[in-house]
Amino acid sequence: MISRDIDTLYDQFIADFETKSVLMADEPDNVREFRRHSFEHFRLLGFPSVKNEEWRYTHIAPFLREVYSTSSEKPGSLDQSFLSSLQIRSLDGIRILLFNGKYLPEFSELPPDSGIHVSALTGAYQERLVSDYLGKIADASKNHFVALNSALFEDGLFIRVQDGRRIERPLHVIHVFSSESNMFVQPRHLFVVGKASEVSLVESFLNFKNEAEIFINDVSEIEVGSDARVQHYTIHGGCENARYIHHTEVRQAERSVYNNYKASFPGPAFLRNNLNVSLNGENIESHLYGLYLAGGRQVVDNHTIVDHLKPNCQSNELYKGVIKDEASGIFNGKIYVRKDAQKTNAFQKNNNLMLGKKAIVDSKPQLEIFADDVKCSHGSTVGQFNEEALFYLKSRGIGEERAKALLIHAFAYDVLEKMPLASVKSHINKLIDEGLKT
Amino acid sequence: MLSIKNLQTSVDDKEILRGLNLEIRAGEVHALMGPNGSGKSTLAAALTGRDNYNVTGGQVIFEGRNLLDLSPENRAREGVFLAFQYPVEIPGVSNINFLRTALNEIRKYRNLSPLESKEFLKLVKEKQKLVEFDVALSNRSLNEGFSGGEKKRNEIFQLAMLEPKLAILDETDSGLDIDALRIVAKGVNKLRTNDNAFIIITHYQRLLEYIVPDFVHVLYNGQIVKSGGKELALELEEKGYDWLKEESKERELV
Repeated sequence: MISRDIDTLYDQFIADFETKSVLMADEPDNVREFRRHSFEHFRLLGFPSVKNEEWRYTHIAPFLREVYSTSSEKPGSLDQSFLSSLQIRSLDGIRILLFNGKYLPEFSELPPDSGIHVSALTGAYQERLVSDYLGKIADASKNHFVALNSALFEDGLFIRVQDGRRIERPLHVIHVFSSESNMFVQPRHLFVVGKASEVSLVESFLNFKNEAEIFINDVSEIEVGSDARVQHYTIHGGCENARYIHHTEVRQAERSVYNNYKASFPGPAFLRNNLNVSLNGENIESHLYGLYLAGGRQVVDNHTIVDHLKPNCQSNELYKGVIKDEASGIFNGKIYVRKDAQKTNAFQKNNNLMLGKKAIVDSKPQLEIFADDVKCSHGSTVGQFNEEALFYLKSRGIGEERAKALLIHAFAYDVLEKMPLASVKSHINKLIDEGLKT
Repeated sequence: MLSIKNLQTSVDDKEILRGLNLEIRAGEVHALMGPNGSGKSTLAAALTGRDNYNVTGGQVIFEGRNLLDLSPENRAREGVFLAFQYPVEIPGVSNINFLRTALNEIRKYRNLSPLESKEFLKLVKEKQKLVEFDVALSNRSLNEGFSGGEKKRNEIFQLAMLEPKLAILDETDSGLDIDALRIVAKGVNKLRTNDNAFIIITHYQRLLEYIVPDFVHVLYNGQIVKSGGKELALELEEKGYDWLKEESKERELV
């Protein structure tokens, strides 16, 4: 690994923007304006350091010192034989494949349902919804990486579910990253789920092992219409050479339900999961469930914000972490209950199971309440195996490793049982077993 | 089958067992009684390999093998079973998955192929019937939501499933109402064969009315101070332990 000063990467992006402005000249005015704005924010914000409260426990600097190509040409090729390995067993999903952030229709299934539209984001600029929502959900002014992505994103997905449609088959979005030389990619996605519609979205993130380091700074904006129901799964696996800043920003309208299920596994050296949900109407329900199994020297950081803006909403968050080896886990969960958000029910819990003597976890649950008639709670625990349970299993002839695996599955169960898709659940159980062996 | 010679243990430097001797042959049922703190549960813990119990002396030979050298799981695979005084609830581990894992790990150790799902479930049904344990097991976590009595009965059901050579019942009768006690005893009696043996740890003679022991031992101060037939249990019920404590003090003085 060659390393250099962080400023070098910063300068590289500053120069990039100048070059790309020329290339982006054919983009619509609103998009160019959005990029320019965002770029100004990035120019001022730069990259975060541990002095920034949101990055206090997350040492990203080493990964920003690596040398990356930031050009829009993304080298690398997709091996056909890998395609089948990307499927989730017995998940009858509509496959949508992205390679290095670029939508590949030839490797994807065209949605059979007319209620759904899938295309490359850059190909959908003429859509009114894109101009309505792009950059309107994720705020580039406060977040270094959202600003950078907004200024320089290359492409990504635009998915729209029409009002009143119930999409039976889950959408399985597979994000594959591969490159022969170091690269920095910035995919950008927009999902607009119409009023009173229903959809399940399963996102898998994968990369293949090779020498090249890949930094992925992606941003997804999700608009959930009134009375809509969204089940959203993300699974991060893959290999050491990936670094992720995965930012998801959700805005919900009245009476909608948005459930997010996150699972991450040993592999990527760095994973920052930002999930911000804003409850922008009355009678909204949001559930955030997360499972992180970290191993090796992985850094896995889950940052969530649940923002209650209106009365009579419910949110529930449960994140469970299993930290092996010398990995470090970070959980930072923030709940805001704004002045108007009376009768809010908001709960948050983070539990961690430490397996390695050198494993680290930093857990920071936070509540900020400005309303006075609310029910809120938060809490966090860090612990080890229950010796009593372990002995009970061993006393029945179950070996140490197997007994521990059973207890880890049991620990994860609270999160897994919440997932409606059985195929995803068993896929995750399989990934837990694989993750424990590495 | 089991030969315990001069077994000594300590917990946090405190001596618990102080030279315990016990011989058990196949086909026998031994009852182990004694006042609180005499070391009954410690013996169970030492035999099954619980971590925080230090064996400081003596030896235990089980079926020709030095039991104390084995890990808890290998003791179980060799055929030692403990029915816990306080069975643990493990949310998230299903009863069925747990049992199948246990059974197949034991089979693997004995060079037997794992049981097919169908055979396994048949066995579960058969054994549930045998020990009259009609609690629904599938889709439920291990002991979770079980009443105190159900947990104890689940221990006997597991005993029936795993068919150990030596079963230690650690106060299985505590917390059982009279009907549950009868069912448990009936189950144990059905499981008795000429090839297996039982150690029944109890405070009360009541259980021994239903499971009739071949021998009764009284443990006091980390040693077996008196052994006898089933009548000894009745005598203890009547007289309590004080006379034995006196006797044992006198012995120590001598």
